[in-house]
Amino acid sequence: MTTLESSKEIQKNNSEVNETHEDFRMFGLITFLIADGMTFAGFFAAYLTYKAVNPLPDGAIYELELPIPTLNTILLLVSSATFHKAGKALLKDKNSDSQKWLFITAFLGIIFLICQLFEYFHLPFGLTDNLFASTFYALTGFHGLHVTLGTLMILIIAWQSRINGGRLTSQNMFPLEAVELYWHFVDGIWVILFIILYLL
Amino acid sequence: MTISIDPQKTNNESLQPKGWLRYFSFSLDHKVIGIQYLVCGFLFYLIGGTLASAIRIELASPMSDFMPRDVYNQVLTLHGTIMIFLWIVPVVNGAFGNYLIPFYVGARDMAFPRLNAVAFWLIPPSGLMLVASYFVEGAAQAGWTAYPPLSITTPQSGQIIWILSVLLLGGSSIFGGINFIATIIKLRRPGLKLMQLPMYCWAMLGTSLLVVLSTPVLAGTLILLSFDIIANTGFFNPVLGGNVVVYQHLFWFYSHPAVYIMVLPAFGLVSEILPIHARKPLFGYTTMVFSIMGIVVLGLVVWAHHMFTSGTPPWMRLFFTIATAFIAVPTGIKFFNWVATLWGGKISINSAMLFSCGFIINFVFGGITGVALAQVPFDIHVHDTYFVVAHFHYIVYGGTVFIIFSSIYHWFPKVTGKMLNEKLGILHFIITFIGFNLCFAPQHWLGLNGMPRRVAEYDPQFQFVNQISSLGALLMAISTIPFLINVFLSVRNGKDAGDNPWNALTPEWLTSSPPPVENWEGEAPLVEEPYGYGKEISEQK
Repeated sequence: MTTLESSKEIQKNNSEVNETHEDFRMFGLITFLIADGMTFAGFFAAYLTYKAVNPLPDGAIYELELPIPTLNTILLLVSSATFHKAGKALLKDKNSDSQKWLFITAFLGIIFLICQLFEYFHLPFGLTDNLFASTFYALTGFHGLHVTLGTLMILIIAWQSRINGGRLTSQNMFPLEAVELYWHFVDGIWVILFIILYLL
Repeated sequence: MTISIDPQKTNNESLQPKGWLRYFSFSLDHKVIGIQYLVCGFLFYLIGGTLASAIRIELASPMSDFMPRDVYNQVLTLHGTIMIFLWIVPVVNGAFGNYLIPFYVGARDMAFPRLNAVAFWLIPPSGLMLVASYFVEGAAQAGWTAYPPLSITTPQSGQIIWILSVLLLGGSSIFGGINFIATIIKLRRPGLKLMQLPMYCWAMLGTSLLVVLSTPVLAGTLILLSFDIIANTGFFNPVLGGNVVVYQHLFWFYSHPAVYIMVLPAFGLVSEILPIHARKPLFGYTTMVFSIMGIVVLGLVVWAHHMFTSGTPPWMRLFFTIATAFIAVPTGIKFFNWVATLWGGKISINSAMLFSCGFIINFVFGGITGVALAQVPFDIHVHDTYFVVAHFHYIVYGGTVFIIFSSIYHWFPKVTGKMLNEKLGILHFIITFIGFNLCFAPQHWLGLNGMPRRVAEYDPQFQFVNQISSLGALLMAISTIPFLINVFLSVRNGKDAGDNPWNALTPEWLTSSPPPVENWEGEAPLVEEPYGYGKEISEQK
């Protein structure tokens, strides 16, 4: 049973006062992710406004290639699926399977970051070249920071899901579910970012 | 999965220090954290008040003779930032929210006690950093709005420290907001319905929604601004192709809701205080709830009324004028509800009641000038003049700070078990009310006649009115003295309050004063009618 389901179950059976309460850590995390999403919303709004009212000055270079970011989009979407696999495996008490899928997810995250750095080093413009270059690096950089944090957290929970003495079990799903939700959130932001920065 | 509440485990009772030392510890008790917020905020209020006095001394004469111009700019920047981010927002949200919300929802603590302590302990270091920047290489000079290009061209180090400090305080505010939302929605005592909650819970729910939705945008904006300052990017720098108006939009997307973050909790607190001291149920509970939520929704879509002189296109002016005027409707409903609560009540004239009535008077005045400022033709005339200064001080000082004092008089017996001295309290109210109105009412006239804000020097024809205003500021500074004497005397030798000195019905009064560590000795009481005053009399008839 996932954390969210079990907490609903408890709420149902909890009509009399007792000294337990439901687990609302997921609720807190969702609220936090809404706040985090608003930071991105601010960045996106700034970028779109610049696009609408600040034309690129003559001679400024701002060209983006599609292959690497498309590959990155696929990497992140696949990693969302592998993370989901890890959760399913843990729910069935298959800890070693779960750990395997977590490592695959972290690996995909690292590949994403390497591709992103590769793109940075091969772009024809730098951070301070023009307004759009600055916005591009700020947006992808801020997202890359999120991916870095997510990858580190996946490695931590992969270590926690080891079979002997690990604290991640089907009875204690919260760390995995929390990181999974965060990871899906980061993927979702990337899809929006990909559409706005590269396709529009 | 359940989390069992084991007092030994959740509160680490054996590990937490006892007595006054716990106020300096990483305590997880919501009551201790509430007091930490309040006292820390009050210390910063004294610093911010000293800076305000310095500003008024400077403005007593038309020339900049008390301090150099750049120091004047630093002082007014620090004054604004300290008062908003270190006094009003932490106290009216953090202090009273932490102390009262768990009682009101019938819980033993906040939803995330550890996050709560982290949120508080972000405040003192960032506040000290902000104050210390004045002594290092000069504090920020660009006002609390930090508009570029001014914030990019003034000395860098002070501005960067200002940004870091505001980012930390914003983080603290977001953590607090998440905690309040989770506590009010998820931690309610079984059987307690949302529409039975005391009004302050609704106010804090609305405020926390605004905090969670708008503060991150400010954080993102300030990160971009710091890139402009440190890395020489051009987001907001017109010389490098950037756009200053984008900064203003993003900044006011936070900072207009910030006005409601400062004043909505005060609406909630006054709704708690008035029924108790007028012995009448709160008038129009349901309309109050919908008004708060209406203000939350409208508050998010009115930000550009701060920018009517920033080249905003006509459709934008039209939209934001109308949206802003609409906010007067829910606010007016609340105002009439408070007056109707007092109508025909058995009013006790004590310090808490006086400060609440002072709030109603000041707030309606500040509200009316607010509606006036939302009208484009008028706004263009008085933009960046002392009229604006007068307006927002009527809201944040005449409104929120009056309610902070009212709340201190009201809840002091609960927190300490001692009553505050009423004579000193009434003296405090009289000096504050006269001083406040003497200080800020003349500034409307100054603004209408064209005296610009944020400038150390002014046209000599304004000197007399400025001196009246400075006299009012002096009275406001003096008004703090009877208050401080009162608090220190009453903590030691005050009259014993008993558990429920006001005969109130809201849950926090149904436990001992001061309350035990987990709020109630036994089960939390189920309060279905927090405002059911006067019922027993009509039943006897």
